[in-house]
Amino acid sequence: MADLLLRDVSKSYGQVTVLRDINLDIRRGELIVFVGPSGCGKSTLLRMIAGLERISGGDFLIDGVRMNDVPPAQRGIAMVFQSYALYPHMTVRDNMSFALKLAKRSDAEIRAAVDRVAQILQLTPYLDRLPKALSGGQRQRVAIGRAIVRDPKVYLFDEPLSNLDAALRVATRIEIAQLKEAMPHSTMVYVTHDQVEAMTLASRIVVLAGGGIAQVGSPLELYQRPRSEFVAQFIGSPSMNLLAGTVASTGPQTLVRLDGGGVARVAIPTAEADLGLRVNLGVRPEDLVPTDAPDALFAGEVEITEALGEVTLLYFRRQDQGAAVVAKLPGIHQGLRRSTVRLGADPARLHLFHQGQSLLWR
Amino acid sequence: MNPALQALITITVGVGGCVGYFWLSNLVLDRVLFPARGPQAGRNITRANMIRPWLFLFPALVALAVYLAYPVVATAWLSLHRDAGGAREFAGLDNYARMMAEPKFWESMRNNLLWLVVVPALSTAFGLLAAQLTDRIGWGNLAKSLIFMPMAISFVGASVIWKLIYDARPAGQDQIGILNALYLWAGGDAPQQWLQIPFWNSLFLMAVLVWIQAGFAMVILSAALRAIPEETVEAAILDGANPLQIFFRIKVPQIRGTIVVVWTTITITVLKVFDIVLAMTNGQWETQVLANYMYDKFFRAFDVGVGSAAAMVIMALVTPILVWNVRNARREMQ
Repeated sequence: MADLLLRDVSKSYGQVTVLRDINLDIRRGELIVFVGPSGCGKSTLLRMIAGLERISGGDFLIDGVRMNDVPPAQRGIAMVFQSYALYPHMTVRDNMSFALKLAKRSDAEIRAAVDRVAQILQLTPYLDRLPKALSGGQRQRVAIGRAIVRDPKVYLFDEPLSNLDAALRVATRIEIAQLKEAMPHSTMVYVTHDQVEAMTLASRIVVLAGGGIAQVGSPLELYQRPRSEFVAQFIGSPSMNLLAGTVASTGPQTLVRLDGGGVARVAIPTAEADLGLRVNLGVRPEDLVPTDAPDALFAGEVEITEALGEVTLLYFRRQDQGAAVVAKLPGIHQGLRRSTVRLGADPARLHLFHQGQSLLWR
Repeated sequence: MNPALQALITITVGVGGCVGYFWLSNLVLDRVLFPARGPQAGRNITRANMIRPWLFLFPALVALAVYLAYPVVATAWLSLHRDAGGAREFAGLDNYARMMAEPKFWESMRNNLLWLVVVPALSTAFGLLAAQLTDRIGWGNLAKSLIFMPMAISFVGASVIWKLIYDARPAGQDQIGILNALYLWAGGDAPQQWLQIPFWNSLFLMAVLVWIQAGFAMVILSAALRAIPEETVEAAILDGANPLQIFFRIKVPQIRGTIVVVWTTITITVLKVFDIVLAMTNGQWETQVLANYMYDKFFRAFDVGVGSAAAMVIMALVTPILVWNVRNARREMQ
């Protein structure tokens, strides 16, 4: 139930700056997901919002009030930790009551709040158990319950699903989505390295890289209009193929002659001055389709195939350096290994990058 | 012969003897008694493996029998007999009755009880405090070494140091005892003979043991505190707990098992306390404790019966705590 504003926020440990120029405006009711490779500072940023790490520079505001020096407990936030961080010596009820007891609420009020939340999270039968007598999924629910009981303005999640097995992770992810649905006015900030969690949960995703924000946008915006090669390759699995080439003709559509021999027509307008520009053509594996046309985007010998049933992944040998070109074809394709396949793509689904930055965002 | 040479020879013979025993007895078992060959090879290997643990335990069992089991039985027997012109005759509980009739025995019991309450409590409390505080400061490791150092000093050595602290010189002279120096500086009228003021002198003796044991408590509790998951502390901070609440409601409950082990371990040391009292007051001025009382009776008054009875009382007091301590320590290890 709050707006968060980060203005030129930075974090440094001594001489080492791990985060700089973080500008972010999080509106009430949003579920913001921080993603990025490990070590990008996403957890640090979350801990700075929580107040567990000092903010080295810039301002952090909740509802217009500067929070830099406000103690964590008075920021109106609740956090769910990756390791659950339940108090091992307290029962589930005591775990969930602890914050309210410290806040000197009445016993009846605490009891009512805990019972209500336990009902929502189906924890009622376990209220008198110690955390060690619960399964991983139940512990995670207690941790979430402990946050809800406090009725915070902002929920923070630090990789809450990382310690769960695959099946439980999917189930809990859906529970969190439903929880968000039930609390439309709560603001949530969620850190993960799992892009599926990011794509499915987020109202907006913040991609962090190299100590700063690479791009902020809705999941589909990041997928369809990545600002840089980094975001393009980080979102989507397998990651986007990049093929080096030169702009051969400009206009409302751009013709790119690829170093590997192919040509590609891209639905991105370019100006006269861009003729001869060195670019990387970006194409997602799922956008590559087999073609018989003479001017294929890519032609190569299939080195490995991975049949997943719903899709088949083709890995191509590549003449020049760089990661193998991957194509994702729907359905089952057998006997393609060692054969040469010609691939084309819809011009509207191609991306152009010059020096790492998308030409769309110039 | 040079004593150093003697020591060297003793060490060589002792260690060599131990190694030799294990190696040779193992060899005899495998090669001579039950060789792993011939038609009975399988059966022989099984039998050798059944005997081997006993073979290796044998020296320890002998040592325990001679130095622990036999003295316990002999002391129990002595406590039930009286001296009758060189021979021993059965006396029933007469020795115990005589002991109970002595005010000095009850004084020892009372003092031991006081030691039992004060020393483990203060040692554990100071240890816990030191463990928590030294973890939070830059020179914490140095502070830790200093606090732990008394552990390396023998009880008698510590007593000598503390006797100097409690030392009193006639009024008018410079006081070399720091307690009297402070007392006079703070406005005291005359130097006090601290070790001769009943009741308080017992507390002054206890200070010595607290000084020694707090280091032990600190080291164990510091390790336990560090093993507490950091996230539980962070969660408590977010829940609004202040540092005191975090310490008493989050940290201490999580290391309760370790605290109990430390507490009972110190309790056992306390019940056996002897050297400090012997070296500082020798039980005078109402500071007597059971172990020193036993020593007094047994080796100074040569009242073997009452001395043994006192020893049995100490054992009866220590045993239940020891059992509890071992159980707790085992549970901690799981």
